[in-house]
Amino acid sequence: MSAARPVTWRGWLLTETPSSRRQAAWGRRYRMWLAFSSNPVAMLGLVLTVLLFLCAAAAPLLATHDPAAQDLANRLAKPTAAHWFGTDELGRDVYSRVMYGSRVTLGMVLAVVLTAGPVGLAIGCMAGYFGGWADRVLMRVTDIFLAFPRLILALAFVAAIRPGITSTVAAIALTAWPPIARLARAETLTIRNTDYIAAMRLTGAGPFRIILRHVAPLCLDSLIVRVTLDMSAIILTAAALGFLGMGVQPPSPEWGAMVATARRFILEQWWVPTIPGLAIFVAALAFNLLGDGVRDVLDPKQR
Amino acid sequence: MSRSGWVRSLGATSSSVLVTLFGLILITFLIGRVMPIDPVIAIVGDHAPPDVIERVRVELALDRPLPVQFWIYVRNLLHGDLGRSVMTSNTVLADIGHFFPATMELATVAILGATLVGVPLGVLAAVRQGHRIDHIVRVVCLTGQSVPIFLLGLLALLVFYATLGWAPGTGRQDVIYQGDVAPMTGLLTVDALIAGNWDALWDALAHLVLPASVLAYFSMAYITRMTRSFMLEALHGEYIITARAKGLSPLRVIWRHAFGNIAVRLVTVLALTYAGLLEGAVVTETIFSWPGLGQYLTVSLLNADMNAVLGATLIIGMTYLALNLGADLLYRLLDPRAQ
Amino acid sequence: MLVEIDNLSIAFPTPTGLSHAVRGVSLRIGAQKLGIVGESGSGKSLTARSLLRLLPESAKLTADRLTFDGIDILRANERTMRDIRGKRAGLILQDPKYALNPVMTAGDQIAEAWRAHKKGSRREAMQKAVDLLDQVRIRDPARVARAYPHELSGGMGQRVMIAMMLAPDPEMLIADEPTSALDATVQADILRLIEDLVSRRGMALVLISHDLPLVSHFCDDVVVMYAGRIVERLRAADLSRAEHPYTRGLLNCLPALSRPQPSLPVMVRDPAWLA
Repeated sequence: MSAARPVTWRGWLLTETPSSRRQAAWGRRYRMWLAFSSNPVAMLGLVLTVLLFLCAAAAPLLATHDPAAQDLANRLAKPTAAHWFGTDELGRDVYSRVMYGSRVTLGMVLAVVLTAGPVGLAIGCMAGYFGGWADRVLMRVTDIFLAFPRLILALAFVAAIRPGITSTVAAIALTAWPPIARLARAETLTIRNTDYIAAMRLTGAGPFRIILRHVAPLCLDSLIVRVTLDMSAIILTAAALGFLGMGVQPPSPEWGAMVATARRFILEQWWVPTIPGLAIFVAALAFNLLGDGVRDVLDPKQR
Repeated sequence: MSRSGWVRSLGATSSSVLVTLFGLILITFLIGRVMPIDPVIAIVGDHAPPDVIERVRVELALDRPLPVQFWIYVRNLLHGDLGRSVMTSNTVLADIGHFFPATMELATVAILGATLVGVPLGVLAAVRQGHRIDHIVRVVCLTGQSVPIFLLGLLALLVFYATLGWAPGTGRQDVIYQGDVAPMTGLLTVDALIAGNWDALWDALAHLVLPASVLAYFSMAYITRMTRSFMLEALHGEYIITARAKGLSPLRVIWRHAFGNIAVRLVTVLALTYAGLLEGAVVTETIFSWPGLGQYLTVSLLNADMNAVLGATLIIGMTYLALNLGADLLYRLLDPRAQ
Repeated sequence: MLVEIDNLSIAFPTPTGLSHAVRGVSLRIGAQKLGIVGESGSGKSLTARSLLRLLPESAKLTADRLTFDGIDILRANERTMRDIRGKRAGLILQDPKYALNPVMTAGDQIAEAWRAHKKGSRREAMQKAVDLLDQVRIRDPARVARAYPHELSGGMGQRVMIAMMLAPDPEMLIADEPTSALDATVQADILRLIEDLVSRRGMALVLISHDLPLVSHFCDDVVVMYAGRIVERLRAADLSRAEHPYTRGLLNCLPALSRPQPSLPVMVRDPAWLA
């Protein structure tokens, strides 16, 4: 083995003989990035995702009109230089509404992921680590929530607490945690009986410390894959709720609700409902492509 | 596993199903109780005199503590009593009996189509892994998993009905055939077949094509991906080398040996996909004005018809559960390793 | 029947270029019992499997000459290869747990091998399968024929595997570590069975193993491979006269009652062997 000091960053990252844990960790990340970036489909997903977030962040700058400003004299206009995507049934600028709509959609996705992810992880890790009764009870509860089709449970739940953005997030989060918990439990089961966890226990570490510091981080890889792929399902569920009138309510520029209100114009002014529909498609596709690429990198066996 | 072991594991499965069923009922009940709609007002109307409101409240046992109410709810369920729909003024059970076959017909045609296309496509993609066809299949699948079903439905109506005129419009049958075929199974195609009414059968099938295709696309994407990933795993098995070393034809190696090993697992995937179709059906039925359970559910939701909503939710949950259980049983029955 | 291999190389693409697993191997296999010995990754399995062209799809196979009884394997089409596979040369894999199809009965798998190359009905094929199971000395062949692989022990599974590969009466049997996955007590039985069947049917045998003494006990000739090359070839009887330091090293690593040593020597590998 040569001990020659690599000079470039690339060399430092790709060395076969890292001299520190930090170097090894960054080297691993760099190799994953290399694998990821060599996959054009995954890169397309990443670019689309970044663009989506940019749209959401810069919506006020990108929008050409006030998304709520009505112009009844100019209803259902075709796309023109003034209105890039045309206008809707109240004469509002569809392009500006789609831009602002990305805030609603991404905001909901992030809120769902940030609530369902940790909850699912915690429940799954605890069930897997403690086993026995804790496992049985937690998994039974998980199964009950899995026994409803997602959209149906979300619909019933939203109906119970009035439609709106908060209840949409809550309803989808309610249906999003069980698969995550299942996955985290399965991962924990394979980790639980390994020697290094036994060694941790021998050094006197408590169960919660072990779960938090040693079990949960190891579940993260597959969790990230699952959550990224799930984001598209979250987008579609939120859009479906909006479309059915049970999600975010008009006049908020939520894409699903926009399709719903413009639905009756599909045969004459087809672009009015189609454009927000395409926005949903692009957002869901972005996360699907990204998740697919991330899975190939983090979990190559599943290819 | 021995016979008694099989029976024991079956017992464990059915007891866990019972617990899940109980949870299902409990959740539906709780959702019903936190609903902001006053069930009494929903029945008697806003302007009813206070004594009427009070009488109905007692009749509905809403003055009793929650556990008692739950007990009454479960007891009624066991008698098949899901309450009465305010909207249709029929019992919810009768309504569901009326609307459910339409959903089943739609979902069944969709799953058949999705399977017939998805499974061979997945096998092909796995066999040609990394080749062009694999990439094409991947894009088709990712698209299918990303497109909102209502967009697909609207565009399908725009293109195939309004523009090309290939498909009939929304609904389950043409007005002129309505009432032509005596309902027996509730499945229009089957009823028309039994009656020997070929025109009505043709009409029913024509109406099925668009919504079923739209519904099938999403499931097909999932079936294809699962088939592909199962097949990749199977094709890497050592027994594939054995099969090839025997001098078998590639077709036999792929279908008899690799596919033979994943067939049972695929059946369970199909059962779960079929259950998932119930979800897509809610949106599809709304787009195509398909008089099924999904549309019943959404219309009830918009009209705050609580009994109908909870009944439909519960029935869909139970169907879902039954399909899961069926998949589990099939797996045990068909896979020699599971016995 | 003669297998001729001249300058065979097998390589796999990696991100940093081709990685050579077999480099310039030349061999002649006639109606003899040949043992190929080497550690994991020495290329012994790949060499043997290249005779049936059963390499992973990504493998790059090159040779000046690779023929099976005059048939050019490098250029043969899939149809021709299928006439060699099974019918003229059988392949026994290491672990019956993975090498047998888990969802087909033992009998079905044997009958399938027979029917792929012989003309006959299903009934006949099944009769033949039971017959073959009897030949590999399974006590209750009719019952085993109906059993699924997971219901069989490792030794039984390997007998099924052997019966399956004998079904079309091949001229050559390639056994790729046929006993490595089995219990020590069963290993000798299986090897004796293979040897017995091979000599009774006058078949050629290629026995691949990492176990040098075992191979020399069952074979006429031995070839030792290291890092994709043949480093030594000799008559099994002349094993003690091996010259290459790798072969000598392997022999020295073995404990022997006749030659007690306080501790066994550790292999010292000379990078020059790779050249």
